[in-house]
Amino acid sequence: MIRVDRLSLAIHGTPILRDVSLSIPKGQIFGLVGESGSGKSMTALSLMQLLPAGAKATGHALLDDTDLLTRTEAQMCGLRGNDLGMIFQEPMTALNPVQTIGDQVAETLLIHGESSRAAARKIARDRLDRVGLQHVAMDRYPHELSGGQRQRVCIAAAVALSPRLLIADEPTTALDVTTQAQILDLLRDLVARDGMSLLLITHDLAVVANMADHVAVMQRGEIVEQGPTADVLRLQRHPYTRGLFAASAHQPDRVTTPRPDVLLSVENVIRTYPGPRTGFTRAAPIAAVDDVSFQLHKGESLGLVGESGCGKSTLTRAILGLDPIQSGAISAFGHPVTPQMPNTVRAGIQVVFQDPYGSFNPRWRVEKLVAEPFHLLPERPRDARDRVADALAAVGLSADDMHKYPHEFSGGQRQRIAIARALITHPRILVLDEAVSALDVSIRAQILDLLADLQNRLHLSYLFISHDLTVVRSITDRVLVMQAGKIVEQGETEQVFTAPAHPYTQSLLAAAPSLDTIMERSDATLV
Amino acid sequence: MLRYILSRLLSLCLSLIAASVVIFGVIEVIPGDPAAFMLGLNATDANIAALRAELGLDGTVVARYWGWVSGMMTGDFGISYTYRVSVSDLILDRIWISLPLAIYALILSTLIAFPIGLIAASARGTLADYGIMGGTQLGIAVPNFWFAMLLVLLFAVNLRWFSAGGFAGWDNPAAAVKSLTLPAIALALPQASILARVMRSALLDTLGQDYIRTARAKGLTRRQAVLRHALRNAMIPVLTIIGLQFSFLLAGAIIIENVFFLPGLGRLIFQGITQRDLIVVESVTMLLVFAVILVTFLVDIAYAAVDPRLRRR
Repeated sequence: MIRVDRLSLAIHGTPILRDVSLSIPKGQIFGLVGESGSGKSMTALSLMQLLPAGAKATGHALLDDTDLLTRTEAQMCGLRGNDLGMIFQEPMTALNPVQTIGDQVAETLLIHGESSRAAARKIARDRLDRVGLQHVAMDRYPHELSGGQRQRVCIAAAVALSPRLLIADEPTTALDVTTQAQILDLLRDLVARDGMSLLLITHDLAVVANMADHVAVMQRGEIVEQGPTADVLRLQRHPYTRGLFAASAHQPDRVTTPRPDVLLSVENVIRTYPGPRTGFTRAAPIAAVDDVSFQLHKGESLGLVGESGCGKSTLTRAILGLDPIQSGAISAFGHPVTPQMPNTVRAGIQVVFQDPYGSFNPRWRVEKLVAEPFHLLPERPRDARDRVADALAAVGLSADDMHKYPHEFSGGQRQRIAIARALITHPRILVLDEAVSALDVSIRAQILDLLADLQNRLHLSYLFISHDLTVVRSITDRVLVMQAGKIVEQGETEQVFTAPAHPYTQSLLAAAPSLDTIMERSDATLV
Repeated sequence: MLRYILSRLLSLCLSLIAASVVIFGVIEVIPGDPAAFMLGLNATDANIAALRAELGLDGTVVARYWGWVSGMMTGDFGISYTYRVSVSDLILDRIWISLPLAIYALILSTLIAFPIGLIAASARGTLADYGIMGGTQLGIAVPNFWFAMLLVLLFAVNLRWFSAGGFAGWDNPAAAVKSLTLPAIALALPQASILARVMRSALLDTLGQDYIRTARAKGLTRRQAVLRHALRNAMIPVLTIIGLQFSFLLAGAIIIENVFFLPGLGRLIFQGITQRDLIVVESVTMLLVFAVILVTFLVDIAYAAVDPRLRRR
């Protein structure tokens, strides 16, 4: 049993957490939800006492009778891994790349007193089996495993000594929906079998709704509402909770009706990569995009969904004319799309990427950033500055913002700048590559509204690439489902989502946690 | 792994061939007749003709290149024009000073750099870190020959612990090591300063990685996390610098060799250049290039030993 009592935290004097109180009974799952910067992770790190330099925590955090906040660092080292386990968001980087997975799981045991390496490895093998890695050898290195497998290794290391509390900080955020479902099942199973408590931190309401016994909603370092999951989700007493729900299920207002004119046509496109080298020869080429055909019409919003590695990004690069294709044809506005295509065609297709932090040169002012695509035009427009101001106004920013640097903006504002940059050449097609995936739900709702509004006004066509099915459903007219380089299903969005024909689409939809179905279920149990 | 080694080996051979062609080519493109060039302005035609014959300048370019390369492969580097002895003997005499000196200096530099780099990274932002960083800044800024002279003043002139220069010979290994000690320290200190800074920044990079946080969550102390997880991951940039430093120490000790009157390879090539002894210059350059390429190869192998992700390639 873990009980947190009036936990407050300040880092270099700046308050981060205020009077956080919660308790997790043995064998229960406690969900902590909130947007980025709300203090979820800091709450977890306070329990682990792995806080950044300059942090000062007050209050109590009792693990049974032990107050974690008053333990010395040496005592905490004895507790971490033994009584407290933790797993993190990014399984790709959470493991040491130069150590075998067996050694990394065995390390937890060796650190906490297992005397012989052989015995530790034997137990490690058993733990790996328990997390579903029966067929993966102990001497594998992390880079030889998939993201889901790596997260399983992290879990095996964290639960190797059956801790009393496992903290999972966004454990599935970086994973595909089907993998997410498997990892959540595994966590639920471990809690049931070992009787440990699980603190599940996530931004995804649907994930907690599906998993947690209790849930707490955090905002700006405070818990604004908590209680049994079904109550919190159904009653939504606090306005912030209601806001989160509304934003998660947000449906942007779209009125555009697509016209029959074809703007982008993709016909039987094949993009292959050279196969891996075997000695002095190469294996057969790998087709990342395999015989893909579709059309994008004027004013249409077309979704492209699929799991990581399915070929979405490769297809996107081909459509943007960044990579050559080996067979088939892509044409935009009647011109062939190739890496050598003229800049005037390029100016007609612009792109917005996922990461609003990484896609700007931090040393450029917004004016220069937004004006960059002007080099695609035959000559720089005389009214360049006015057009930058117009583009910023179109995305809801002010003209004065053009004198600022990217770091002065929040994530949502940066994504608005990215959209302004994409709009500056008056393109007809906008490719949105996971453009809202890194944003919090409330910001995401605003950006989706902005996209819908821009489409209504400018009659843009969108190619909307995302792994997030809810978002795709809310903003697209038609959808393509991609698996292993092929389009396995395409059709009207509502049609595909309500009556998926292909087994892969069905499995994707089944794996995606959906708030609607959960709410229906909890209503049914309450009645 | 085997394929990785073979591919590195292939690249080693190709680099050697390319280097030999370039070195041979440079001697070839020197304007005019190499023999006339070597003999200077007052040479008689008969002397030049005799030297041409001795240098083997009479055949075709391909034949001469092949003669030079095949000679080197059997250990025949030709006869030095100024010393009148075989170049291989000249090199053999001197390599027994230069090679041990380079290895000695490298060991010292690594032994100094590793602990202080570790301390600076672990104690980042503390007085110890600032002190070490300031000290290494000084170590890089101060020229090693000046530092060498200070060492001579202190340990040879005042304390009389070491001799001020010269080489005792390997007949008495203890004396030989002793006579290489001051030069090795003078060579090692600037290198150690560079290496410590590289070590510190590589460690700080890895200490910010997610897997260090995972290790701490498993219950490792900060020190255990550094030693078990950060150190090996920080090795790639450190190995790169060590490889470059060894090559530099082998060929670049020329000033230190002069300060301590050590008859090493650096002095040999320097004398070769001033005396226009192209045969010596050509051969010693080729030998140094070979050493550099060999060290690069060994560093590549060490990369793969440290990082399993490289073994698949």
